Parts: sequence; C-alpha cells; structure tokens
Amino acid sequence: MAGNQEFDADRAQDFRVVGTRPARPDGMDKVTGKARFGADMNMPGQLIGKILRSPHPHARIKSIDASEALAMPGVKAVVTAEDFNADAKDRDVLTNIMARDKALYEGHAVAAVAATSRIKAQQALKRIKVNYEILPHVTDVDAAMQPDAPILHDDMFTQGLDEKPAKPSNINARHEFGHGDVEKGFAQADIVIERDFKTAATHQGYIEPHACVANVGADGMSELWVCTQGHFHVRSQCASLLGMDVSRLRVTASEIGGGFGGKTTVFIEPVALALSRKAGRPVKLVMTREEVFKASGPTASSSMRVKIGVKKDGTITAGEASLNYQGGAFPGAPADFGAMSAFACYDLENVKAVAFDVVTNRPKGAAYRAPGAPMSVFAVESVVDELAKEIGMDPFDLRLKNAARDGSKSSYGPKFGKIGLVACLEAAKAHPHYAAPLGPNQGRGVASGFWFNFGGETCSNLNVNEDGTITLAVGTPDIGGSRASMCIMVAEELEVPYERVRAIVADTSALGFNDTTEGSRVTFSSGMALIKAARKAKEEMCKRAAMMWDIPAEAVYWAEGAAHPSGPNAGDFEPMTIEEIAGSAAKTGGPIAGHHEYNADGAGVSFGTHIVDTEVDPETGYVKILRYTVVQDAGKAIHPDYVEGQFQGGAVQGIGWALNEEYIYGEDGRLQNATFLDYRLPVASDLPMIDTVIVEVPNPGHPYGVRGVGETGIVPPLAALANSVSAAAGVRLTDLPMSPPKVLKAIGATKLAAE
Amino acid sequence: MRYEAPGTIEEAATLLARESGIARVLAGGTDLLVQLRAGMIEPDLVVDVKRIPAMMDIVEENGGFRIGAGVSCARMGEHAALVAAWPGVVEGAELIGSTQVQGRATMTGNLCNCGPAADSVPGLVAAKAVATVVGPEGRREILVKDIPAGPGKSNLKKGEIVESIFLPKRPERSGDAYLRFIPRTEMDIAVVGVGVSLTLDADGTITEAGVGLGAVAPTVLDVEDAAKAIIGSKLDEAALEKLAAAASAACNPINDKRGTIEFRVDVAGVLAKRAAKIAYKRAGGK
Ligand SMILES: Cc1cc2nc3c(=O)[nH]c(=O)nc-3n(C[C@H](O)[C@H](O)[C@H](O)COP(=O)(O)OP(=O)(O)OC[C@H]3O[C@@H](n4cnc5c(N)ncnc54)[C@H](O)[C@@H]3O)c2cc1C
Repeated sequence: MAGNQEFDADRAQDFRVVGTRPARPDGMDKVTGKARFGADMNMPGQLIGKILRSPHPHARIKSIDASEALAMPGVKAVVTAEDFNADAKDRDVLTNIMARDKALYEGHAVAAVAATSRIKAQQALKRIKVNYEILPHVTDVDAAMQPDAPILHDDMFTQGLDEKPAKPSNINARHEFGHGDVEKGFAQADIVIERDFKTAATHQGYIEPHACVANVGADGMSELWVCTQGHFHVRSQCASLLGMDVSRLRVTASEIGGGFGGKTTVFIEPVALALSRKAGRPVKLVMTREEVFKASGPTASSSMRVKIGVKKDGTITAGEASLNYQGGAFPGAPADFGAMSAFACYDLENVKAVAFDVVTNRPKGAAYRAPGAPMSVFAVESVVDELAKEIGMDPFDLRLKNAARDGSKSSYGPKFGKIGLVACLEAAKAHPHYAAPLGPNQGRGVASGFWFNFGGETCSNLNVNEDGTITLAVGTPDIGGSRASMCIMVAEELEVPYERVRAIVADTSALGFNDTTEGSRVTFSSGMALIKAARKAKEEMCKRAAMMWDIPAEAVYWAEGAAHPSGPNAGDFEPMTIEEIAGSAAKTGGPIAGHHEYNADGAGVSFGTHIVDTEVDPETGYVKILRYTVVQDAGKAIHPDYVEGQFQGGAVQGIGWALNEEYIYGEDGRLQNATFLDYRLPVASDLPMIDTVIVEVPNPGHPYGVRGVGETGIVPPLAALANSVSAAAGVRLTDLPMSPPKVLKAIGATKLAAE
Repeated sequence: MRYEAPGTIEEAATLLARESGIARVLAGGTDLLVQLRAGMIEPDLVVDVKRIPAMMDIVEENGGFRIGAGVSCARMGEHAALVAAWPGVVEGAELIGSTQVQGRATMTGNLCNCGPAADSVPGLVAAKAVATVVGPEGRREILVKDIPAGPGKSNLKKGEIVESIFLPKRPERSGDAYLRFIPRTEMDIAVVGVGVSLTLDADGTITEAGVGLGAVAPTVLDVEDAAKAIIGSKLDEAALEKLAAAASAACNPINDKRGTIEFRVDVAGVLAKRAAKIAYKRAGGK
C-alpha cells in the first residue's frame, strides 16, 4: 500500500496546466458521430456472428446437433465448447464464454454461428438442435446457501473454513476481516442496533453493447477490434482460450461507450475469434441489449446483517457484519471487498466482517465500480444513521468522532497513510446544503464511502515529434477522460502548452503489458508513468542542448519548454526551445523519446461523503430527489471537469441502484426485465444537478498527489438515499431498490403499527 | 415481407383483407417496428397509412374534433383549439415516449396496439370518444373503449382500419385530465393511468363524468361506478373518497415486474382523485 514518496509539495504550489479545464480531445468526434465505437468497425469479407443461448437457468447439455444449420446457404461456421482450448488458464471464463456440460444460467452461450448476414445467422441459430436435461435452479443468494439447494458445481467445497466440508455447496468461499473482540465491544456499548439488509443485482448499464470484429489469418496472425476497458487483458484471455501465442494476437481498443467495470473481461471476443478461425474470414459480433443484460457481467446481489454498538457519547465500541453475496454461476462475487470496505470509514477497536461468496443460476458477475463496497457500506451507514438518531447526535459528529484518520489501523488490516475522510466530513458538514431547510415529507441523508484504488502494471511511451509537439502512447483505454489528463500532466512537466500534446490509446503490439482500466488506476499509474517518461525526455533534451552548446549536460536545466544554461558560468546562450531541439534531433543522436514501465505502487485510498435530500409522496411511495451533493477526496484534480464528472456519474449510478434498478427473476429462473424499459436506470429528468466539492489531500504516492476518483463515488449513495428516504417516509428502509411499491408498503405497514 | 403505401383507405382495407398471411397497418411504427426488430412478429404484409390524405388531419366537425388516424401526437399538441377543448386527451398523447417518439407516434396506433398501459386511451375512454372504422364491409362507428379485446388483441375485424377518432363537442364548463404513475419521470410505462372527464353546472355541481383506468386490467377500463361517485357532487372529500374506492374496486391487475397488485389498486384510487381535481379546476370549478 505504501508506495514511494513521490509527491513534491513545492512543485504542487505552482501548477500551471494541472487543475485547468481544457476541452476534451475526444469530444468533437463524439458529438459529430465520427468516433469509432465497437460496432463501427467493418472488415472486408466479414461474416456476422450470432450466439445461441440457453433458455434454461440450469440444464445439462446432452447433445448439440448443428448439421442442419451448417447446411444452410450462407452459414460458414458453427462453434461450440469443443472449439476452445480445454486447458485454458481460467477455467471459469472458458466455461462462461461457452457452456461445456451444463448451461448454468438463462442466456449462457451454448453455440455460435457465423454467416454472411445477420438474418441468416439468426435463422441458423433456430436450426441448431440442443438436447437439454432440465435441472432445478436457484437465483436467490439465501436460497442458494440452504443445504437442500440445487448444486451448481459438484466440485465446489467452501474455501476459507477450518476444515474442508464433506459435501459440495454453492458457497465458494468464506472471508473474514477485522481485529479486536467484538463481543467485548458490544458489552461496553450503551446501545446496540442489529439489522438485516438486502440489495438487488444491478447492471453497469453502459450504453454501448459489447462489440468486436475478429480476424484470424491463414497463418494464424490475428487481430481483434473490440470495445473494452483492457485490451491487454483481452489479448491474454483470448490467447489462452484459443490456445495461441500472445504475439499472434493484436488487439485494438475502440472508443468505448461506457464500461464501469463491466468491460474488464471477455464474453464474445473469444467466440468471434473461434468463428473466424473456423470460417477463415473476419467475424463481427455485436450483443443485443437483451444479451447484455442476460449474458454480460452484472454485479452481485446481497443479503446482509450488520450490528453496531455505541456509547452514549458517540464512541463506537464494536461493529460486526455478515455478508452473503451471489455473483452468478461462478466464483468471484466481490464479498471479500465488501467485507474489507464495510467499516473502512471507521477507526474501531473491535471489528469483524465475514463474507460468503455464493454461486447461483445467474450470469457470471463482473466488476462494477468499487465492486462489493456499495452494498456493505449501505448496511453499515444505515445502522450508523439509526444510532446517531438513537443517541441524539448529529450524524456527521458521530462519524467524525469515530472516523479513520492518518495512521488508523484499517478494518481490513493495514494502517492508513495520509487520508482525506475527516476533510470530506468537515467539508460536507460545513456545506450550505447541510443547513438548508426541509419541507413536509422531505428528508436528508448523509453517508460516507471508501475505495482502495489500484496501481498495477503500466507501460507508457512519450515521443517528441520533429516539430516539438508530443505524442503519448498509453495502454489503458480512456473511459473517463484520461487522454486529456495525460496531456495535462505531460504539458505540466515539460512546461509546454496543453495543445502541443496528444495522447492515443495504443494497441497491444505497440506497448508492453498494461493492466486494465479499472481500480481507478489510470490517471494515477499511466499518469505517473508519463510524468516519469517526460522527465526522461527532458533530461535527454537538456543533453542535446548541452551537446549543441558544447557545455556539460549538468549545466543545463529545463524551464518554460526550453533548455537553459544554468548560469553565466555555464555559457551565455539563449534558451533552446523544444521545437529547436526536436528540429535538430537528427544531428544530435536521432529521435527523442521517453518511456516508463513499472508495477505502480502507492495508489492512495479515497473517501467521500454524500448529502441527499428527497421527498416521498406518502400516497404513492414515489421518491423525488431534491438536492444532492458529493464531497470526495481526489488527491489532486488534474482536470476538474472530469473529476466532477466521475463524482456525478458515481452518484447517479448509486441513485439508480438505491431507487429503481434491479435484476428481476421469475419463478422460472428467467430474467424478467432485460430491456431499458423495465430495467429502470435513472433518466436525466429524474435528477437534480449533482453538486460536487473536490477535496484535495495529496496522495504521497504520486508526483502530483493524484488519487483515483472513479469508484468511490458509487459507494455512499445507496446509504445516503436510504437514510434520506427513511427520514422522509418516517420508516427505516433496508431493502434495495426502494421502488415505489416497497416504499408505499413500508409506509402502510408503519401506519398500521401506529394505529 | 411486402410493403404497401396506398392513397386511399379503401385500397388499404382491400389489401389487408386479401392478404392470406399476417398483415399489419403501419402508422407511426413506434410499436410495430420495435416488435419487428425484436422478432415478436414477422408480418407478410405491411400497409402504411400515412399516404392517405383523409387520415392525416385534425378537422373541427359539429363543434367536436375529428383526429385522423395518421396524425402524430406532436401535432395534436400543436393544435391550440384541440388543446383548449381536450387538454386531458392531449396530455395523454403527449406523455408517449419522448419528443422524438411523439413526432411519429399516433393516438390510433396507441389504441390499436391494445397495450393495457397505453397512455392516450384512458383519456379517450373518459371522453367517450368514437372511432370510425373502414373495412371490407364499409364504414362503421365504434366506441374507443370497445376496440381493445385484451393485451395485444383488438376487436377489429380482418381488413378493418381505424380512419379517425372523434371527440364530441364540449358543453360549457367541461374539463379533463390524465395522470399516470411511473417510478421515473419519463421514458417509462404506466403502472397506473387515469383519465377523468367531467362537466359542471353553473354552481359547480358535476353533471356528467367519465373515468378511464389504464394498466390495472387486461384492457383500459371505463369505470362507470367511479363516474357515478362524483356526479351530483362538487368534488368534496366524501365524493373523492367514493371515487377512489370505486376506481380501486374496478382494478383487476397482475403482479409483475412493474408493480404489485396492492400497489396498483391503491395508486389507482390516489390518481383518480388527483386527476379529478385537475379536471374539475379546468372545468372552472373551485
Ligand atoms: C421509446 C418508446 C417510448 C414509448 N413510450 C410510450 C409511452 O410512454 N406510453 C405509451 O402509451 N406508449 C409508448 N410507446 C409505444 C408507442 O409509441 C405508442 O403506443 C404509439 O402511440 C404507437 O403509435 P404508432 O403510430 O407508432 O403505432 P404503430 O406502431 O404504427 O402501430 C401500432 C399498432 O396499431 C396498429 N395500427 C396502427 N394504426 C392503425 C389503424 N389506423 N387502424 C388499425 N390498426 C392500426 C398497427 O398495426 C400496430 O399493431 C413508446 C414506444 C417507444 C419506442
């Protein structure tokens, strides 16, 4: 966690470009429709791929007969599980992208077709005969944990127990975090509150469906154009799933219409490659929205119990959480992250969080912004809210009294370094929003949240062009404005105008391995790599100037985009600009470049605090959001527009999760609402302007103090909304989403209880 | 699939009647094209009615309004006299989808698609609107409320096309309103929809009323008991409670992803009261 001390406080005093808001480099293409997204690529002679999906939530695949489909005119290839490398490294992904013995959820891929048109491919799907033996299914997390539940995997024996269980179950793993003695802590408390909570599974809801075009050449040299958050990861996954050398596959990331964690793995990409390999032609595969809902990677649903004890003076004496997360048909529900994040905002003597990672007959979950944290934090922050009311303490004061601070032992183990939670809480408490009056049926809720943030493997290049402009090659797809931030940081470091720098996302053959754009890592790690690359280029340019001046390189320094002699003793030369140095590079040793590759360490954790006002219609349960304020620590906002955009986007996704978004399953184990009509994302008119406050507590691990900001913003809203709606409705809501029927029922129930 | 765009309704009716396979009328296409793309239907013949001039206008007739079946919802909203006379009917039509969708969508398409939650239909039912239908056997008139037979099923006979919808002349001191409940603010489907139309006498007593309820039964309902509950009243609390009770009692909803039975029943009553209050005010009542 503790990276190198990279932050330079003096340097941060006089940033010139960092902190400004230049126009986004991808904006013009995006608003004029020229930007090329996943489905905008076409290759000569391409076929269209379509995937046959299981209509059953759980079924044994007894046989697949594709002979009739293959005999249809225009049908060029059919693939099934047999067409993939059975020894692939990641067995779960192998089985998820194409069912092997069993279909494990409705929508699980069973076979795929490539044909000369979409219609032909669709017709061919209908002619593939799959013989299923239907098995009992389970989609609810609590039901899946029952001893008599239908078992998905015969070889799943719960990990993390003292002894290996005798029987397989749907519980993949138990995780535990914490320290101290919670029983002792509860005994010291004046008030203990224990509550049960539930959250529904939600989808990242990116507007662009998964799309790719694959081309496997006759010599095995392959290319893949794909909409993804991590093309290097796509390359390694696909190479392994198809049994090919990594060097034979070149992956190019398209522009991306949203990802939010959902595009960090593969679904259709290996299928397109397998079809192309078999058909000998390029194959384009694009998911429909229904496929996105049923067969990409939504987030976990949860069932949780949280217990917290507090003294009358507001000291929290103990906190305990038990979390059950289901993450679909394969291991990997972010239960461990949920347990680690649950109490991260508090400095506690006694804390314990236990989490179970459970499988059910639902699509395999993928990451979704701060995976696992929003749910557990919803439960904890709801109980903290109730405790504050119970002891008559301001909810911010209660949080401040127990807040994690610099050096606190975190609830998940390590000690925190420099953190900004207290700064966020204080800024939120002082914000005019918190003092604004409320009307009837209105309520205010506050909550905090946390996310770890990540560094990871990074490799970036910087080239000084012959006219002194600069091109950056970055290996992390730009999903949140990172190209602009990269240009800003390099312009800052080289002291050149922002407009002179251009960043592109390079394909996998141009750079060394880069981890995916995830974990709020890009501005931190690709940014730091480019700052270091710029420093190397600066050093080289000073050398070149020294060479031309014929003085020692040490006697040259860089300022204002030019090399300067360090003083009259060094020589009486006019500064030599980057343009001049670049223009004469041929005479001084050739092209000038900088690069940096490392496994980035020291990503600072980020905290945030949200305030929301809602009004509840007591006759319909409708919730209107009146006002919303996000306060979050960014370390340093390189491009404040984008930082605010991340805060707002996280808040809005959290609002959707809290109020109306949910995966609804029928008794038949099928998803009932695989459309944007019935999967209710918030629409623009549902929302007020989301106000933002950027707190800047520099991260010591980054030269400019950057912390990732992409994920923390989705952590507090579930709890903030629940606290606000509970206050407005006069009844505690513990089951998300708080859709109108649930709110109305809760209001009705309390009315009856009061009578 | 064949596509035809005849110039008269008689030709259109003949084409439809003669087709032995699946035939569909195409108005705005905002339901039909969605169903086509989703693979829900695969028609053999599609007859576009937007080239039939007689179906593309709003005409004042005997003090009422005849709205051609091809008229978009957006054009209804631009017709000042129609908006003044029937604000509730127009607000139902203007709740459909978004500005873009309203530029194409028609009220007749909304009606003939026979969705239980169709937003423009409760207002038409409350208004006792009449549709003119042309078919192989000529022209006939039918109450709007009698067109839907069930979800996705209509009472129109093979080859029949709705030509227009007629809203009768308004007595003085009349008003109407439509309200729907959705969990969001737009781009959603009604969980409950209520249209109320009423006429007052000089001292503000309701003399005539109609109440249409959507999304709470297989078809949009004409709730006579709800209308009776307020006729003869000045929409006092007691009348409103009776109205709500009658509206709730008429509901025959299902539990589904969009709402529970109890929620729909409760909210139908709540919205009926709220819509009645708006209609009453629009009629000049105090
Ligand atoms: C994004 C979106 C949002 C929507 N939101 C709403 C909403 O909020 N509320 C709502 O109620 N609906 C909504 N809809 C559904 C749709 O827009 C409406 O039902 C619309 O009024 C249909 O009208 P249309 O002219 O487009 O019908 P079409 O699609 O052309 O036709 C619909 C059906 O009616 C039949 N039909 C059409 N005209 C005639 C005729 N003259 N005679 C006989 N049969 C005919 C057609 O054969 C077809 O079966 C939405 C649709 C979309 C795509």
